[in-house]
Amino acid sequence: MTYANPLRDPQDRRLPRIAGPCGLVLFGVTGDLSRKKVMPAIYDLANRGLLPPGFSLVGFARRDWADQDFAQIVHDAVKEHARTPFREEVWKQLSEGFRFVSGDFDDDAAFAHLRHTVDELDQLRGTGGNMAFYLAIPPAFFGNVVGQLKEHGLSDPGPDQWRRVVVEKPFGHDLESARELNQILDGVFPSGSVFRIDHYLGKETVQNILAMRFANNMFEPIWNANYVDHVQITMAEDIGIGGRAGYYDGIGAARDVIQNHLLQLMALVAMEEPIAFDARSLRIEKQKVLKSATLPARLDLTTARGQYAAGWAGGEKVQGFLDEEGIKKTSTTETFAAITVNVETRRWAGVPFYLRTGKRLGRRVTEVAVVFKRAPHLPFAQTATEDLSQNALVIRVQPDEGMTLRFGSKVPGTAMEIRDVNMDFAYGGSFTEASAEAYERLILDVLLGDPPLFPRHEEVELSWKILDPVIEFWARKGKPEPYDSGTWGPESADKMLARDGRTWRRP
Amino acid sequence: MIELTDTNSSRIAAELVRSRIRAGSPAMGMVMTLVIVAPEEDAAEAMAAAKRASREHPSRVLGVILGDARGAAQVHAQVGSGDGWGGETALIRLKGEVVKHAESVVLPLLLPDSPVAIWWPTSAPADPAADPLGALAQRRITDSAAVPRGKSTAMLTQCRSYAPGNTDLSWTRLTPWRALLAAALDQHPLKVTRAKVTAERISPSADLLVAWLSDRLKVEVTRRNSDGPGITEVSMDTREGPIRISRADGRLATFSSPNRPDRPVALKRREVPALLAEELRRLDEDDVYAEVAARLVKLRSKK
Repeated sequence: MTYANPLRDPQDRRLPRIAGPCGLVLFGVTGDLSRKKVMPAIYDLANRGLLPPGFSLVGFARRDWADQDFAQIVHDAVKEHARTPFREEVWKQLSEGFRFVSGDFDDDAAFAHLRHTVDELDQLRGTGGNMAFYLAIPPAFFGNVVGQLKEHGLSDPGPDQWRRVVVEKPFGHDLESARELNQILDGVFPSGSVFRIDHYLGKETVQNILAMRFANNMFEPIWNANYVDHVQITMAEDIGIGGRAGYYDGIGAARDVIQNHLLQLMALVAMEEPIAFDARSLRIEKQKVLKSATLPARLDLTTARGQYAAGWAGGEKVQGFLDEEGIKKTSTTETFAAITVNVETRRWAGVPFYLRTGKRLGRRVTEVAVVFKRAPHLPFAQTATEDLSQNALVIRVQPDEGMTLRFGSKVPGTAMEIRDVNMDFAYGGSFTEASAEAYERLILDVLLGDPPLFPRHEEVELSWKILDPVIEFWARKGKPEPYDSGTWGPESADKMLARDGRTWRRP
Repeated sequence: MIELTDTNSSRIAAELVRSRIRAGSPAMGMVMTLVIVAPEEDAAEAMAAAKRASREHPSRVLGVILGDARGAAQVHAQVGSGDGWGGETALIRLKGEVVKHAESVVLPLLLPDSPVAIWWPTSAPADPAADPLGALAQRRITDSAAVPRGKSTAMLTQCRSYAPGNTDLSWTRLTPWRALLAAALDQHPLKVTRAKVTAERISPSADLLVAWLSDRLKVEVTRRNSDGPGITEVSMDTREGPIRISRADGRLATFSSPNRPDRPVALKRREVPALLAEELRRLDEDDVYAEVAARLVKLRSKK
């Protein structure tokens, strides 16, 4: 008979899900990702009481450090970046489980040491043989690391144990490299144990897209080509590439953002209702959307790309992309990318999805705007509705998370005059200590083994299939058009929509 | 804050709208109405707690201070929004005859459609659901540990008069303990043969924990006294040995279990705003609390 925990009751929804005994091995300890996101998220999880007693964190890097040095790095990262207040008792619980292993990714002795450390933690801390390996390192090293994990028996869980691997974008730079990467990972870990973190999918608002669409009755009837004119998905950053030239040059905006975040957002907006809110059902529906997505025939008319030029952004003088340190003057890497995607289903036929992303744009914002068709008939004088444009439903992903409805309303006064107004909803909950940040949620899901929010390799490959032709087309022809920093992108982006008789929203 | 003296509900409502417009944001994003009923001396602290909770749950917060019921009826109010509130607020002082008809002041001020929660930060009516103000709310939050005298009796009284929607912050305080205990049995899938709860002599939370454990584990649960603070130790005996969580300082606990090394685990006593925010997260009936309340009444009647 299976054991049913008497203290658990499905009715008891106060009890949070606490991960079982486990630990995490972090590769790439000194990187930005580890220090700004992963370490603070682990602390915040502990602070919320969501980590198991005995949770252990092992750092692995090519540094000559002792455990205390590593603890100091984590301490500084937590103090600086954690969202919840620093509490000595939480730190004490966590820091007893810190270990550091020094070595290269091809160093057998170091991995033997890691193996020893992991076994030791099982004994001393009761991690139960459950380990997640977080690869916060460039993908070029994945092969080495997972190979070493396999060789030293770190990838094989014992009975009733798990071993999981966590990777971050980029998941390759085209379909072929993505497949290679997947083969490397899948060769060692079963696909259910590979967690690809797309931190956008951990965001409250992104999950709220599903709640809004499938828990309500008032949006579904208009969520189709009969009423929707087009959809704009924007992810804009006001910063430049900063010190990330090495990563960014040759990758560019489309690979960096569209392939993962924007196509995932598109899938959530466009998908049919899943039969259940579980990982498999969601994945099936998302894959259907990605499979039915096509590019228009003329890529020269339906895509746009640009590079930011020197100028003034938000009151600061900034340099152009080609002047950034580490970028060649001849670089054709785009810092702005916009594409048109058609979803060939009954629901969306004839409704273009415009996806755009860029650096050094007007402001930092991510949003999904569903723009509706105009009313088929307006019983008003033409002068009354001149200020009336199309209704829109805007899902604001960040910052200022929430939703905006844009519709026409009468301007107060004696004349009949109709103009666009906004109705905003912002849920306060997404800004409080009590609600988890995206990384926290995702790391907790890794430890719980709950994968609904992680894209599987099928989705990654399907996304590359959509994007590859655009990137190949761009590589063959021309180069990115310069745009002034602090604006909303190159002229070609505006022309691209103008050809369809539409304009970009100012987000 | 705008002071309204000798006022009534419709003038308070009008002032709420005006203050919203003055704050420059006429949109209403509030998700519920929270009514707080407190004596004058506790009102300020309770409103401060509600202010922090309002960041997670933007609400219209109505503080109601019931004064002396003798004499002519008087309604005074302080109305405001913004200033760190995730919604808007009115602190209403009642004196004289109207004290017995407080619901007539509150009813017109409830937000349309959205749910109503009521919170008595200190003393609460013996039967909150039958209270005229309590009857307006879906969620009735009491705090037996905060009554000035007779905390254990207060807890029992609340359990006796349990009605769907009632809850007590003594129960909320237990969530981290319960989460840890449940996680312990996830890790050690063993039958518990007996359990023991050690806490300071008067602790409504400990009483509820005993009731919860005996209700779920179907074994005898004993209660021991310590100097606190709060609950200091819970142990569950299994055939492999005891599973024990002990917390001497109200902050850091030690988790011991069979065949495993002892581990420290943070288990901090939470402040009222955090408790209130947890309470407001779910507004439907808490079935588990209902069972625990019934169990507590049963355990007491045996004695």
